[in-house]
Amino acid sequence: MLKISGLQARVEQTPILKGVNFVVRPGEVHGIMGPNGCGKSTLARVIAGDPTYEVTAGTVEYNGANLLALSPDERAKAGLFLAFQYPMEIPGVSIGNFLRSALNTRREEPVPPLEFYGFLQEKLKELQLDEMWANRYVNEGFSGGEKKRNEILQMMVLNPSLCILDETDSGLDVDALRVVSEGVNSMRNAERSIIIVTHYERLLEYIQPDYCHVMLDGRIVKSADGVDLAREIDARGYESVRDEVAAGAL
Amino acid sequence: MGDDAAVELAGYTAGWHDAGAKYKFKAEPGLSERLVRQMSEMKNEPQWMLDFRLRSFAHFQQRAMPHWGGNIALDFDSIYYYLKPDAGNSRAWEDVPTDIKNTFDRLGIPEAERTVLAGVGAQYDSESVYHNLQKAWVDKGVIFLDMDSGLREHEDIVRAHFGKVIPPEDNKFAALNSAVWSGGSFVYVPKGVQLDIPLQAYFRINADRAGQFERTLIIVEDGAFVHYIEGCTAPTYSSEALHSAVVEIIIKPGARVRYSTVQNWSANVYNLVTKRSVVMAGAKMEWLDGNIGSKLTMKYPGCVLTGEGAHGEVLSVAYAQTGQHQDTGSKMIHVAPGTTSRIISKSISKGEGRASYRGLVRVHSGARGARSNVECDALLLSETSRTDTYPYIEVDEDSAMVSHEARVSRVSEQQIFYLQQRGIPEDQAMALIVSGFIEPITKELPLEYAVELNRLIQMEMEGSVG
Repeated sequence: MLKISGLQARVEQTPILKGVNFVVRPGEVHGIMGPNGCGKSTLARVIAGDPTYEVTAGTVEYNGANLLALSPDERAKAGLFLAFQYPMEIPGVSIGNFLRSALNTRREEPVPPLEFYGFLQEKLKELQLDEMWANRYVNEGFSGGEKKRNEILQMMVLNPSLCILDETDSGLDVDALRVVSEGVNSMRNAERSIIIVTHYERLLEYIQPDYCHVMLDGRIVKSADGVDLAREIDARGYESVRDEVAAGAL
Repeated sequence: MGDDAAVELAGYTAGWHDAGAKYKFKAEPGLSERLVRQMSEMKNEPQWMLDFRLRSFAHFQQRAMPHWGGNIALDFDSIYYYLKPDAGNSRAWEDVPTDIKNTFDRLGIPEAERTVLAGVGAQYDSESVYHNLQKAWVDKGVIFLDMDSGLREHEDIVRAHFGKVIPPEDNKFAALNSAVWSGGSFVYVPKGVQLDIPLQAYFRINADRAGQFERTLIIVEDGAFVHYIEGCTAPTYSSEALHSAVVEIIIKPGARVRYSTVQNWSANVYNLVTKRSVVMAGAKMEWLDGNIGSKLTMKYPGCVLTGEGAHGEVLSVAYAQTGQHQDTGSKMIHVAPGTTSRIISKSISKGEGRASYRGLVRVHSGARGARSNVECDALLLSETSRTDTYPYIEVDEDSAMVSHEARVSRVSEQQIFYLQQRGIPEDQAMALIVSGFIEPITKELPLEYAVELNRLIQMEMEGSVG
């Protein structure tokens, strides 16, 4: 589904991604870990088309098409979803109105309001959000945890094929983490792929990825099946991986 | 008094002496005492109104232009103040600019309304609708007429109130309007009557569709309520360069008035308007003011809170793009104790447009416990857009509480990216952000107006982001 080759990107003059190679097949769940500044969030945002970053080399193929040639909204309509690390506030625009507009961009005919609100209420229940949630303005005055849950709500409503979660676990308490993980797990199926960018191992214990990767200095340096790599990092830190790289073992 | 009578008079010739004689009427540009007298005579007005007009004209002549606000580059001598040759009636649909016609299509304006808005054709052809509404009003004792008819049929009421809220000496353009006013609305609501259907300006049939120097007088008796709606969101094409209206509202104790305006004059128009309400004890005034069009608008809907516990409110939205200057705001004068006021001003500047907030809050000594709150928010959509704030706060009462908050923001690239990442294209994203910005105000408008206003802004956003 997603094939990244030799991707390099920078913000202003500072290079961040220095040659990322990465493949995701349909139905797979991948975890990407790394220390601050390694470029993992940048990778997520570059795939989504954040204008802050400039791609300087490499390719990104999505279902065979050149993803880098598409605008962010075209990428979204193609099935891409990014759960933002720092979701933006949109004052005066209700979540219900916002989601319905977003959903309608993917449809021939606009979804009938009643049908939409019924559907939205179901999703709110699954995420243990109260029914007035849809009337709140997008992220306005939300706590960090509320913003993250709002991202997952949007993901569940918009039904994407490739979900990228950018540090979704930061700012979540234990209970919220469980609820969010259940939401994400409920979306796993044979066609949909999920990339989880995270700092800490805990989210990956709840979601149990098929593969884990470690990023250092703008590159993916180590990959392994399942969640073992995450446990290893948790036990021994990123330094251990850095040593392996330096020693030429990777 | 209709166009036909006026045109026929043009055929009469005579010298000028006193009221009763006919004039040789030749429509020509420029303003003179002679024209003012001719107008009054043609309208068959009582002497006191002629005197009022003449006093106003004299003041207009000697009063200086305002040295603040926008740049008013008008040649007063080339403007037609009354009956222009080939005005309105003979303009053909073919002459209306294509983009205006296209806008009508896209806003779904029905055929009949389009001709009125474009300033062509005959009167608004909604006879049955108008007459049914008319019966409902008449049954309740409500008077809703054009101002000329109001003066003729209810002279005593008019005379008692005309020019009392806004005297001709208030400002140069109030003086001008007071000299050459024609058309506008006269509304009288008796004690205790609550009108649940809004009165719409274009239901009154009047000769002067361009509404150049409209004069409106609204009198609402104790405990009554009316919502008056003026203008519409569809772009209103006018060949007249100057529109200078005056609106006076008198709200008796315990009554409430809401006056909603959405102005979308074509980009050649100077829109200089004086609107003010006197609010008595326990009464309430709400101005909802939307300024989308015109080359320059200078308008500060105001309230004089003369009775204890009176409340005044202005909710204003101004949108300025390249070539436009919206200089708008409000005036709140607290005279009596326990009075309250609230101003929420939202302005949006795009391209090189300039939107300014200009407001006055004055609290007189003795207005014990007066409270006023002003919030002015500006949204800049491009690098070259401009916004200014000119708040004037004059408080002579120690126990008063007055607050003023101002916020300026830009639409950030990350906000647009966030919306795009949900599948919403760039210009639609911009429109969504702008509609969210003005939401506190649009939610107070009747639903159709809120929908129209949002659609209008969406269209303004298209193809011209940043």
